[in-house]
Amino acid sequence: MAEIPADLTVRTSEPPKLRVLPRLRELWADRQLLGNLVRKEVSVKYKSSVLGVAWSMLNPIMYLLIFSLVFAVVLKGGIPNYSVYLLSGLLAWNFFSTALTMDARSVVENANLVTKVYFPREILPLASTGAAGVDFLLQAIVLAVFMAAYRHVHVGLNLLLLPISLVALAAFTMAVGLVVASLNVRYRDTQHLLNLLLLVWFWSTPVVYASGRVFVSHKSILGVSVFHLFLANPLADVVFGFQRALYGDVGPASSPILPAVSVGWLAVLLGVVALVSLALLWLAWRWFFRLSGDFAEDL
Amino acid sequence: MAGAIAVEGIGKHFRRYRERPSTLKERMFLWRSNAEDFWALRDVSVEVPEGTTLGLIGPNGSGKTTLLKCIAGILRPNEGSITTRGRIASLLALGAGFHPELTGRENVYLNASILGLSRQETDRRFDDIVGFAELPDFIDTQVKFYSSGMYVRLGFAVAVHVDPAILLIDEVLAVGDIAFQFKCLDKIAEFQREGRTIVFVTHAPDLVARLCDDTLLLNHGQVVARGEPRAVVRDFRLLMAREDLAYGWDQGSREVEIVSAELFGPDGGAVAVFSPGDVVTIQLDLRAPAPVEDPVVSFAIYDEQNQFVFGTNTDWQGVRWPRFEGKHRVQFVLRHLPFVGGRYYVTLGVHSRDSRHVYHLQEQRYVFDVVKGDENPGLVHIPVEVRAERL
Repeated sequence: MAEIPADLTVRTSEPPKLRVLPRLRELWADRQLLGNLVRKEVSVKYKSSVLGVAWSMLNPIMYLLIFSLVFAVVLKGGIPNYSVYLLSGLLAWNFFSTALTMDARSVVENANLVTKVYFPREILPLASTGAAGVDFLLQAIVLAVFMAAYRHVHVGLNLLLLPISLVALAAFTMAVGLVVASLNVRYRDTQHLLNLLLLVWFWSTPVVYASGRVFVSHKSILGVSVFHLFLANPLADVVFGFQRALYGDVGPASSPILPAVSVGWLAVLLGVVALVSLALLWLAWRWFFRLSGDFAEDL
Repeated sequence: MAGAIAVEGIGKHFRRYRERPSTLKERMFLWRSNAEDFWALRDVSVEVPEGTTLGLIGPNGSGKTTLLKCIAGILRPNEGSITTRGRIASLLALGAGFHPELTGRENVYLNASILGLSRQETDRRFDDIVGFAELPDFIDTQVKFYSSGMYVRLGFAVAVHVDPAILLIDEVLAVGDIAFQFKCLDKIAEFQREGRTIVFVTHAPDLVARLCDDTLLLNHGQVVARGEPRAVVRDFRLLMAREDLAYGWDQGSREVEIVSAELFGPDGGAVAVFSPGDVVTIQLDLRAPAPVEDPVVSFAIYDEQNQFVFGTNTDWQGVRWPRFEGKHRVQFVLRHLPFVGGRYYVTLGVHSRDSRHVYHLQEQRYVFDVVKGDENPGLVHIPVEVRAERL
């Protein structure tokens, strides 16, 4: 962005209307700022700590220890290579919950910037999500180590689910992230409510228990089968995709570990989730954009 | 000359909450009941031609910073429109976004990118920035160990190196030591020579006179005066003098009460602006409901730096009331005001002769300005008669 020609900027009392392409160009121009803010988030997190980034990797390992103990020993879950199963779902979930927790605070915690400098406000939740992305990569390394240790790799079409799931996950996370970031400016309840919601959401997503159980369950609530209810949870769909791509072991038909559906079926499902999430992202972005003009006033 | 900034009829209103409802619960139960709207800016229009410097002055809360923030794009106006041309850097933001845990170097890069500089551009200017901030030995120290002066210096150094077309400055020159302030002023002069556009908020009227081509005086969100800096600064002083009468701080037992007080100029009219050498009368109307023995009425004058400049009382001037009761009028006639230009504050008091008992004290409640007619420098005004003859 070295040379901006003598360009005119006009600001009026009209609430700003989001025009996606010019705005994307504007964000692209500020990509170095985004990179710097992500770097700041990450390096501040681990400054003055001895273990540094290792803390990000310890989180899933801690989960693994606890749930292995509870499910493999106490509840007799019977999932082979449980660590690979758990980590593949947890990878998606941790990205979602870390990003949202950080997004909610992103604008509020940078109040001194928002009230003093103009820059595209989306950069703040984007940077938080980006920092969560760095965590995601570190935890992916942990998963890779376990996959290698157990020699548990399913190479096939199922791997194609990974990119679709990633798109769906990123779009959905960013959509919710933009909403919570802007809501939290007005109502600080948002971040507390979010924590509660994430707790419920976590257990409504088949990360620690076998997702195949959900698939075969005959129970129904208000005439809707449990599996269909889970399908309505975008995070559950994404987790189905991650598990199928990375764990891959569907298990016996009588008591499956993963939903016994074809890879193609999952691909279509995730494609739909990705498209819906992108539409949600557009709506959330418009909402954020509209409110962002008044952030400086509300902080 | 094209306009770098065109502000057309903008207005900005804020909702003032007695206490902001910042949680949902408060919001639901106090549904807008304790909010009131007020206009921080109304119907403000100003054009800043490219390469000129506009000064914004006005009392606290007059809307100066709000206007600056609207120009910077931080706040959205509720009326009107603002058009700007070129990259804006605002010195509203000295060290905004500095993170205490990061080193000076890391913060320079972060802050520069927030202000719109690319990595390569920052690389090129890095040594200049560090040199300007005078921090070469500390640049790899975490900012949390900086003194506040170092912090601000680094913030200023980054801000002035982002190469803006428009520079917005908000009251930032009041920081740092004298030497650094001079350096900042030099930098601003350099910007002016390079033909950049500057909008400049300040409380220091002499800076306005020195630096600005054009000056805008705001009061209660509206433009009160606009034009040649010296003239607008004088308007500003007048405005402050009038408004300040509303302030004050009273104490005392009120056994003798100052009912009213006025400052008279040479022609007898109550004014607050004098010229050096004027005859000034300080007049007090006093009332004592019950008899008071031997009270003393006094006044004291302080300058802007709160230095005691002059004072006297009725006792020293040989006026006594063994028994003081009912209404009295006291006038101190200052035959010749020896002050140079500036603002002065007057304290009035009534007390017992030994000063132990204060009946009524109004501390620095009255304000007057002395406006210089000529350019004689110095601390006091001495009337001089020049006699020259050929020998």
